[in-house]
Amino acid sequence: MPEMTEPVAAAAPQGAAGTDPQPGPANGPDKQAKPRSLWGDAWRDLRRNPIFYISAVLILFLIVISLWPSLLTSTSPYACDLAHSKQGPSAGHPFGFNTQGCDVYARTVYGARASVTVGICTTVLAAVIGCLFGGLAGFFGGWWDSLLSRIGDIFFGIPILLGGIVFLSVIRGGSVFTVVLLMAILGWPQIARIARSAVITAKQQDYVQAARALGAGTPRMLLRHIAPNALAPVIVVATIALGTYISLEATLSFLGVGLKPPTVSWGIDISSAATEIRNAPHMLLYPAGALSLTVLAFIMLGDAVRDALDPKLR
Amino acid sequence: MGRYVIRRLLQMVPVFIGTTFLIFVMVYALGDPVAAMFGDRTPDPATAAQIRESLHLNDPLWSQYLQYMAGIFQGDFGTAFNGTPVAELMGSAFPNTVKLTLVAFAIEVVVGVGLGVVAGLRRGRFVDTGVLVFTLLVISIPTFVTGYLLQYFVGVKLGWAAPAVSVDVRLDELILPGIVLAGVSLAYVARLTRTSIAENIRSDYIRTATAKGLPRRRVVGVHLLRNSLIPVITFLGTDIGALMGGAIVTERIFNIQGVGYQLYQGILRQNSPTVVGFVTILVVVFLAANLIVDLLYAVLDPRIRYA
Repeated sequence: MPEMTEPVAAAAPQGAAGTDPQPGPANGPDKQAKPRSLWGDAWRDLRRNPIFYISAVLILFLIVISLWPSLLTSTSPYACDLAHSKQGPSAGHPFGFNTQGCDVYARTVYGARASVTVGICTTVLAAVIGCLFGGLAGFFGGWWDSLLSRIGDIFFGIPILLGGIVFLSVIRGGSVFTVVLLMAILGWPQIARIARSAVITAKQQDYVQAARALGAGTPRMLLRHIAPNALAPVIVVATIALGTYISLEATLSFLGVGLKPPTVSWGIDISSAATEIRNAPHMLLYPAGALSLTVLAFIMLGDAVRDALDPKLR
Repeated sequence: MGRYVIRRLLQMVPVFIGTTFLIFVMVYALGDPVAAMFGDRTPDPATAAQIRESLHLNDPLWSQYLQYMAGIFQGDFGTAFNGTPVAELMGSAFPNTVKLTLVAFAIEVVVGVGLGVVAGLRRGRFVDTGVLVFTLLVISIPTFVTGYLLQYFVGVKLGWAAPAVSVDVRLDELILPGIVLAGVSLAYVARLTRTSIAENIRSDYIRTATAKGLPRRRVVGVHLLRNSLIPVITFLGTDIGALMGGAIVTERIFNIQGVGYQLYQGILRQNSPTVVGFVTILVVVFLAANLIVDLLYAVLDPRIRYA
């Protein structure tokens, strides 16, 4: 429809020129203008929040040790000596040894990689699928909405833990890839629901109606006007979900259907330590502590971002 | 209202079919039930072919699914590969899990809503911060870690509760597993209630109620709570399914012979009828809970009127 798109190109610069001091509605959020945008406002809030700094430093630290675990330990997580089996902490081995005689400290450090990778990849994948389905359902409404929402309901009807156990035990997988794929397939409807309602809210705003009246095409409306305003709730939910995904991966690995050795995973280590908790509690406490701290960091970040982006509770 | 109920029930039909078919495909199409029966040994081809034939495994997938569903509606969930009817396993497993879930649900509602209300009414004070930190910690520590730690410290070291549940599953034995199972959900309920209360307490109708001179107990108990609990009830509804699914971990730690235990055994032995049967029932419970939640909306929120 060339006659529909042509006025847009003409209207946009005019709108920007006509309403110079204020952010023009056809121009999207303007970072240079005096009234701060939603994102600028949120960033200012985040910088004042100590919880944001604590969680950000923790997460940066986790990412660094996931990339280069040898920075913190020179011991290999696979260098095991049965002579040291279940020994407590000693010089050079601050967390002691596990049943196989492996260094618990090295395994705890190396275990970060699996958790962080699974968490981040699952969240990104679930967010992409969720935004696509939820966004389209909310934007087009009607028949599309019914279809996409029902598809979402089908996947939503299977709790992630339950579906994960069934699926992973059947395919006998155990790689990071299968775990990520499965959790994203079962996890996206949660994000799609949030994205759908956010898009519906944004669609009814005056500036979106104005853009449509000015003749903006569908892609422009979605990308310039609706997406930036509907993204905030999605980011909040996704950040908190990241922590939950890490916890879920550990639970699946703990049940013996998630990641499999030789991948070093906190879930596997906790599972094998659990039976020995009465004799050698250190084997359980260190990986469990690391896992909890990681989940905590991501949930705290999600909380901080939500407080900054949600103006309702100010 | 009646028309709304019918429409929601009709909407549930494709979701029910889709979900059960998905599980069916996962188990039957991706795994090989016959090979699983033989464990590590290679099955004799003739025997395998005969078992395949007798279990209708050679039919197209949709036909297997239809046969299976037809069986379910007649109360026949198939036979586990060791010869026990799956329905019999369910009869022994479900009462235990329902008991555990109810104990956990009660703890979740009472403690979660209680903490949320206290924190929401005193927003920014010491109690509020305490509740926030507590819930943050509870959410962060995975259930299986809390389970083993509580079992060790409360059950073994202090001896306050039985570290494992006996065969007759008494209610007092279920309190500790119930706390473990409820933990994370309880924290979410507390946070949701707190946010909702803190948001509504500044609303006009609360100011009006206070200005009318109503006693505080009535303002909080009737006006504030009724409006604030709407999002909490949505969460509680969807959480019933999560609790029954999460029971698989708790039941394993505390040795409860419930749904989680049977499901886990079914998975370990690749016992497809057991797995599909139990998961189907759990999904139905989950869908029914969601429906009830939607209908409860109308009762709780007079602004919503279903045509």
